[in-house]
Amino acid sequence: MATERYHRGVVYLLVVLLALPVLGTLIYSLSERWDATVLPHGLTLHWYTTLWLDDRFLMAFWHSLVVCLGTLLLSTILIVPAVFAIHYYFPRLDRWMNILILLPFAVPPVVSSVGLLSLYADGPISLVGTPWILLGCYFTIALPFMYRMLSDSLRVINVRELVDAAHLLGASTPRAFWAVILPGLRKGLLASLFISFSFLFGEFVFANMLVGTRYETLQVYLYNMRNASGHFTSALVMSYFIFTFALTWMAMRISRQERT
Amino acid sequence: MATAKLAVIAPAAAERRPAFGRWPGVLALLPFFAVLLAFCLVPAAWVLISSKPADGGMWYANFAEILSSPFYRQAFGNSLDVSLWSSLAGLVIAVVGVASLRRVPGRLRSAAVAFTNMSSNLSGVPLAFAFIILLGTNGTLTLILRHWGWIDDAHLYSLNGLILIYAYFQIPLGVLVLYPAFDALDDDWQHAASQLGAGPFSYWWHVGLPVLAPALAGTFILLFANAMGAYASAFALTAGNVNLVTIRIASLVAGDIFLQPDLAAALAVLLMALLALVTAVNHWLLNRSYRGD
Repeated sequence: MATERYHRGVVYLLVVLLALPVLGTLIYSLSERWDATVLPHGLTLHWYTTLWLDDRFLMAFWHSLVVCLGTLLLSTILIVPAVFAIHYYFPRLDRWMNILILLPFAVPPVVSSVGLLSLYADGPISLVGTPWILLGCYFTIALPFMYRMLSDSLRVINVRELVDAAHLLGASTPRAFWAVILPGLRKGLLASLFISFSFLFGEFVFANMLVGTRYETLQVYLYNMRNASGHFTSALVMSYFIFTFALTWMAMRISRQERT
Repeated sequence: MATAKLAVIAPAAAERRPAFGRWPGVLALLPFFAVLLAFCLVPAAWVLISSKPADGGMWYANFAEILSSPFYRQAFGNSLDVSLWSSLAGLVIAVVGVASLRRVPGRLRSAAVAFTNMSSNLSGVPLAFAFIILLGTNGTLTLILRHWGWIDDAHLYSLNGLILIYAYFQIPLGVLVLYPAFDALDDDWQHAASQLGAGPFSYWWHVGLPVLAPALAGTFILLFANAMGAYASAFALTAGNVNLVTIRIASLVAGDIFLQPDLAAALAVLLMALLALVTAVNHWLLNRSYRGD
């Protein structure tokens, strides 16, 4: 049928369009030379081995991992009890929370950096230039995703009745939270952590403006390598893609499991 | 026995909560709000307060300076230009794409949606680098297109190049936001329309697009705001040599020539005000259209 062929064609075209920069970068990262001719010259893994043996790259990768995992730990510790408290103690605040958590979306990182730089540059709390400030900023980036996904999970399991039932059996509220509510949150939490991780791993503005090379993360390293060989930066970009693609894929698998 | 025991425990359990009241809840929320305040609300408020000139002068002096400066007016013009065209391009491609995505077999659809989801991670610095490799001066696609004689030179390092890159990161976002919105369209409507003799074009013009209008407007605002606030791609592509509002703000607080945080704050306030205005106009237009022309 003509219409079916049209729709298939559009979908393929969309995928090709989105895949083009990825494929171009992949081929470039695997070729020895590709500067004057239409087709690349020679196939090599040289750029990848150079990259993965570079100490500065490994250090930046490590820094990114530390900052992202640290943020996820902090966010979990802060957000999980908060979501529970809202649902159990203050259900009427839920509406306001849904607006409040969108605020970090409304303020572009460049804008809040202006405030953060003057507030925490020196004086009593001097955080600029240390990874600690990134933990706080990245918390605000992860917040909308984590809060919404956890809040949705809690809505499904009916917190109030479950905790009251646990009380009836003699459990305290913290124990009820730990033994009854937390297991129900596990999958929602895991999926939101994977999604947040891929977001945080790609963050550049806060990292570059607030910390820069004093605690170089992967994105800042990538930017600082802009004058290196294009093949080398391609290998760097591809390594980054493959890592985040794997994470996003896992996040999608987990959230699909949860739905069924 | 068991029921009797339960009946004894029940009143005690019911009283346990009032014993602490809502204080555990407050205690759980405190650290959460403290961090949110310190890293989002206070910095945003600080930007508002510190937008007045650092060396004295009226509160509006910085705003007057920005609005009367051709350089800063050009920055706003460029940002609006890039955001408007990239959002429109992203929206049109997303609408056409989603309309077809919902008509292809399940396996192809879920694979394509999953790929779109993944490609939304391709943004910021890596995206700019990927485009330099593809369409830069000696980019791979540039070589091919030049070989075929389609182009004479690459124009990636220009506003048009930025529109192209921005449109690329708008497409996945548009698809992911619009995909659920297409639930509003009933499959039977298109059948009914074609029974009455309407072709696909008049179906979309008279039925599909009007039904989707609120979702389209909302998505457009989201893409537009996203583009107005974007910084990393443009910065990585031009090393800060393109005149956009976000680039100006960043160079006034973290550049290496001269710093003027109060002027940066004023620029930031104007940017936020512009976004608020766009959102408000969108809201007003939608409300008016709902009330029935």
